Amino acid sequence: MSDNKIEIRNLYKAFGKKKVLDGVDLEVKKGESLVVIGGSGTGKSVLIKCIQGLLTPDSGSIKIDDEETIGSKKNIHEKMGMLFQGAALFDSLSVWENVAFSLLENKKMSRKDAKLEAIRVLRQVGLAPDVADLSPAELSGGMQKRVGLARAVISKPEIIFFDEPTTGLDPIMADVINDLIIESARGLGATTLTITHDMASARKIADRIAMLYNGKIIWSGTVKDLEKTDNPYLRQFVSGSSQGPITVEV
Amino acid sequence: MFNKAVENFLQTLGRPLVNFLMNLGYFSQFVARAVYNCFMPPFYFKLFGKQFLNMGFYSLPVVGLTTLFAGMVIAIQTYSGFSKYGAESAVATVVLISVTRELAPVLSALMVAGRIGAAMAAEIGTMRVTEQIDALITLSANPFRYLIAPRLWAGVVVMPLLVLFGDIIGIFGGYVVGVYKLDFNPANYINATMQSLQAIDVISGMVKAGVFGFIISMMGCYHGYRSKGGAQGVGEATTNAVVASSILILIFNYLLTEVFFAR
Repeated sequence: MSDNKIEIRNLYKAFGKKKVLDGVDLEVKKGESLVVIGGSGTGKSVLIKCIQGLLTPDSGSIKIDDEETIGSKKNIHEKMGMLFQGAALFDSLSVWENVAFSLLENKKMSRKDAKLEAIRVLRQVGLAPDVADLSPAELSGGMQKRVGLARAVISKPEIIFFDEPTTGLDPIMADVINDLIIESARGLGATTLTITHDMASARKIADRIAMLYNGKIIWSGTVKDLEKTDNPYLRQFVSGSSQGPITVEV
Repeated sequence: MFNKAVENFLQTLGRPLVNFLMNLGYFSQFVARAVYNCFMPPFYFKLFGKQFLNMGFYSLPVVGLTTLFAGMVIAIQTYSGFSKYGAESAVATVVLISVTRELAPVLSALMVAGRIGAAMAAEIGTMRVTEQIDALITLSANPFRYLIAPRLWAGVVVMPLLVLFGDIIGIFGGYVVGVYKLDFNPANYINATMQSLQAIDVISGMVKAGVFGFIISMMGCYHGYRSKGGAQGVGEATTNAVVASSILILIFNYLLTEVFFAR
């Protein structure tokens, strides 16, 4: 049995003629926090959706705990939690019902106990109990992210995915979310996979960083390695320069 | 040169055909999956109740008004046409048959398609483009059971009840015009209505309504589920849901009328 929690080999995914993932090889070790960076439209979200079974890859292999997930009938979502880019809270449910969704639906917990547990986790992410009965539309963007984070961690998943967790937030709120991500993941001992183009967030969250470009992982290393690398693609991405090998179609 | 022109011509013909077949295949798969999941646990009774209330109770005013005025119009038109041949006494019968067999089911379904089909497509479409449906999947909930099955059940159960209500209101509309405007004797009008009343008229209308309810919910869910590209995509889904369900309602109305009444 390997010490990889997630192992991706030769993953291909195209939409029509556009190749989005072009032979991705990637592994995430148990308890590791891996951050995948890359420009907009490089396939980061597609990668995360393939791992979660929300999209079916054209070919390749995705293993979780050494078990192939592509084509498998097994429910892989029980092990996973996800914080979506826009939080993706259910409009028709209150905040606590959103947070406790998996407890109510999968664990068949009573509504009273589920609400108490939701309030406990909401507290962990810095939200007061009186937020519990509000509707998601009444919350700010930062609060919605916190609720999304609470929903992602409440069922104590082994793997947590974060899709652009700091996008659309001010720098201070972004840092608060980064801290919460680290605390939540460490508290659970979970393996995390984050996709972002926010380098401050990547440096703070990551044990290891991988860069996705043109559908392939072109670099992988620790935060220390990132500072020393002479990879021109990575250097350009980290510096945020428009000059370099990465060209942007205008 | 000639070969190239033929190739271009065939491509022009072939691409829409391939797209049509692909969409037809996707739609058939969607319908099969939706129907299958209607019979598979868990059943979300609370969500069904919510849809039932929304589609049924809150549609009562619009269905009532539509069928009331339809019944009133039919009474006047029948009187105006039949009085030339001295057949005014047929007004009550014509109102009864028109309302129960055609007007109540078709007009109610078209009104509900505009009110509820559009709302379903918009709600599910918004959930699709804001990743709420993906979130459902990641939380181990099956969107077909959680979102679509309660709406389909509500459509099939609610529409016949709405049509029954529409039948009563529509016949009442004919009675009001017959008695207060056309000077029919109230007892005679009611007597003529009761004598003409046949179970098949009401039952055929309710069966049609059940089919229309299924069409409205299915179109709303299907177009919402497939929507993409933000607000514009949701807008398109809403329009497509209403147009598709209206057309299908009219087509299935003809087919079901053939089944029930063609000799």
